[in-house]
Amino acid sequence: MDFPRRGFLTLGLLALLGASPVSAEPASIVVASTTSTEQSGLFKHILPAFAAKTGIAVKVVALGTGQALDAARRGDADVVLVHDRPAEDAFVAQGFAKARFDVMYNDFVLIGPKGDPAGARGSDISGALRKVAAAKAPFVSRGDRSGTHSAELRSWKEAGVDLPAVKGDWYRDVGQGMGPALNTASALDAYIMADRGTWLSFRNRGDLAILVEGDRRLFNPYGAMLVNPDKHPTVKAKEGQAFIDWLVSPEGQAAIAAYKIGGEQLFFPNAAATSTP
Amino acid sequence: MSGMAGITLTDIRLVLNRTTILDGLSLAIPPSGITALVGPNGAGKSATLRVIDGLLAPTSGSLQVPDAMRRAFVFQKPALVRASAAANVALGLVPLGLPRAERRERTRAALDRVGLAHRAGDPATRFSGGEQQRLALARAWAARPGLLLLDEPTANLDPGATELVEALIGEMAAQGTKVVLVSHNLAQVARLAADVIVLARGRAVEHGPTRTTLMSPRTPEARAYFDGELPWTSLAAAS
Amino acid sequence: MTETFHDTFARLATLDRDVVAIAWLSLRVSLSAVAIGLVIGIPLGAFLAVARFRGRSAMVGLLNAFMGLPPVIVGLVLYLVLSRSGPFGPLGLLFTPGAMVAAQAVLATPLVAALTRQVIADAEDHLGEQLRSLGLSAPRRAAVLIHDTRFSLVTTALAAFGRAISEIGAVLVVGGNIEGHTRTMTTAISLETQKGDLSLALALGFVLIGLVVTVNAVAALLRGHAARAYG
Repeated sequence: MDFPRRGFLTLGLLALLGASPVSAEPASIVVASTTSTEQSGLFKHILPAFAAKTGIAVKVVALGTGQALDAARRGDADVVLVHDRPAEDAFVAQGFAKARFDVMYNDFVLIGPKGDPAGARGSDISGALRKVAAAKAPFVSRGDRSGTHSAELRSWKEAGVDLPAVKGDWYRDVGQGMGPALNTASALDAYIMADRGTWLSFRNRGDLAILVEGDRRLFNPYGAMLVNPDKHPTVKAKEGQAFIDWLVSPEGQAAIAAYKIGGEQLFFPNAAATSTP
Repeated sequence: MSGMAGITLTDIRLVLNRTTILDGLSLAIPPSGITALVGPNGAGKSATLRVIDGLLAPTSGSLQVPDAMRRAFVFQKPALVRASAAANVALGLVPLGLPRAERRERTRAALDRVGLAHRAGDPATRFSGGEQQRLALARAWAARPGLLLLDEPTANLDPGATELVEALIGEMAAQGTKVVLVSHNLAQVARLAADVIVLARGRAVEHGPTRTTLMSPRTPEARAYFDGELPWTSLAAAS
Repeated sequence: MTETFHDTFARLATLDRDVVAIAWLSLRVSLSAVAIGLVIGIPLGAFLAVARFRGRSAMVGLLNAFMGLPPVIVGLVLYLVLSRSGPFGPLGLLFTPGAMVAAQAVLATPLVAALTRQVIADAEDHLGEQLRSLGLSAPRRAAVLIHDTRFSLVTTALAAFGRAISEIGAVLVVGGNIEGHTRTMTTAISLETQKGDLSLALALGFVLIGLVVTVNAVAALLRGHAARAYG
């Protein structure tokens, strides 16, 4: 009855097979960012240049803004790159990062059915949202504590719409990332606020199109922060800071600006000369 | 059996799933030779074998089996594992802690004794019913047990296989193994057993030398059982 | 929809190194997890089938219930355990293939143990008495029954593999779906679906199904060969 013993030996060896990392591990850092940023394809475009220059591999974990910051608070990421200024400031105030750096901005757009039943088309986001609420036209919200979701809620507030009061069947809270939310909007022929990057690479548009863009209030700034090594000694502070330094350097900023989808630039570099505490 | 004492069961009660299977069973099995256990269905013959082997624990009563006695049990349906014939036979030798060479030799000899050495490597599942029972016996034989318990070993076999199995049992008894045999086949009992115990309704009702017990049973239960099994009264042809 | 399918086959034809790397990661993570599941689960299942002790049926009930553990819950718990702020943080396993193997092993083990227990209990019904009467110890009886039921146990292994390679909740949470490092077939399919690239998602789906079918076919071949040789 040798079989069980031989079998288990083989299995034991097999078990080790899976746990090995994909490649020989050089220096690497974990960057927590947002799903919309990753899905835009930006990282795939700019990271190889950084790796070539420094030999540091950047592992991007894409989560919602809230989750990304939470992961950083737990020490599971070395750098955070998100687009929710109030949340970023709170992160610094709580001591989880010593500084916040401007990196780039992109913008949000209001997407909706080409027929535009609410008459929202134009360049005034506040006016557009008021019309959508008045018409009770179907509207899809991400509802997932993401930067986009926070921006959406701020926009309703700025438009003077008391969302809890007027919410009804027309306002669909899906609790999902940008892609799935767009899928839902496409299926329902609904309005939705999205970041331009995800929209440009989204292939399931159905009858939807951009209806409102260019309003300054729709600009969406990104901030990069190094997780405070005082809070989490295991953070790779040197390599993490090197990444942030590169992002705000002329080289990194140029790489960001060079990223285009269909000939259109998605992200606009705006690193300041000095850091913004 | 090397010891002088036989196997003694005193006032054994066995209750399983609220059914009383053995109800104050007492018997004394002599230390050598072949003892047969007979009786109608439900009398508790198989249960008694299992109690002796330690497979079932009695609810009350006491059991005395000579110390360190190696036991072997052959069931009505041969219990073989999905492995070669040789592996099955060798399985019985595992608890003996023998060196590998001796294990191999005893296995080979046992297979040879039952006439299946030429198929030692064949999967046991591919053997016929009779051959499988021979393998089961080979397994028992190889272990050289002090006590051999058999529960209707030839019930499913043809006459040829039955003869072979009976010869083997006789040989093991002659070489010193104590044999306790449960059988419905009274002709077989008459051929093999030195003494017969009759069970009825969970108790031993009669125990005596084979010839006299079979031909002139003393108790009504024994008489009823024999009458049912043997419509004719003369055993001259069978013995 | 036909358009999507048409695109799918076109994409299948051009699948590149990235997809091969992703498929290979899925395969080795799930195979490793199943290997661990078998090493722990088979003896555990055999033990539960052969041994008799108080509280056994409670343990068996618990094990059967764990067969249905939602992968995303396993992922979440393991995330908290492996997080830098968690008890096993120093291992640095979070967001690595090692964490994914661990998560899928947690999913596979109860399944293997529960199915093994049933298979061995059934075999024990007609072999148990004989094995006990041979004087074999409980561990030895378990080993004999494992050997006896090895073909059924192959099916158990395949069931565990199916569960592991097709789940997404656990590997997504503990692996992070990091491109080039922890992106598996299922997380890649989910990502492409979210991006709205349905034809690519479907193409990847076909590759995944192909993987599973191949593994099952190989196992069936091996099993058939062994059955012919050893009955």
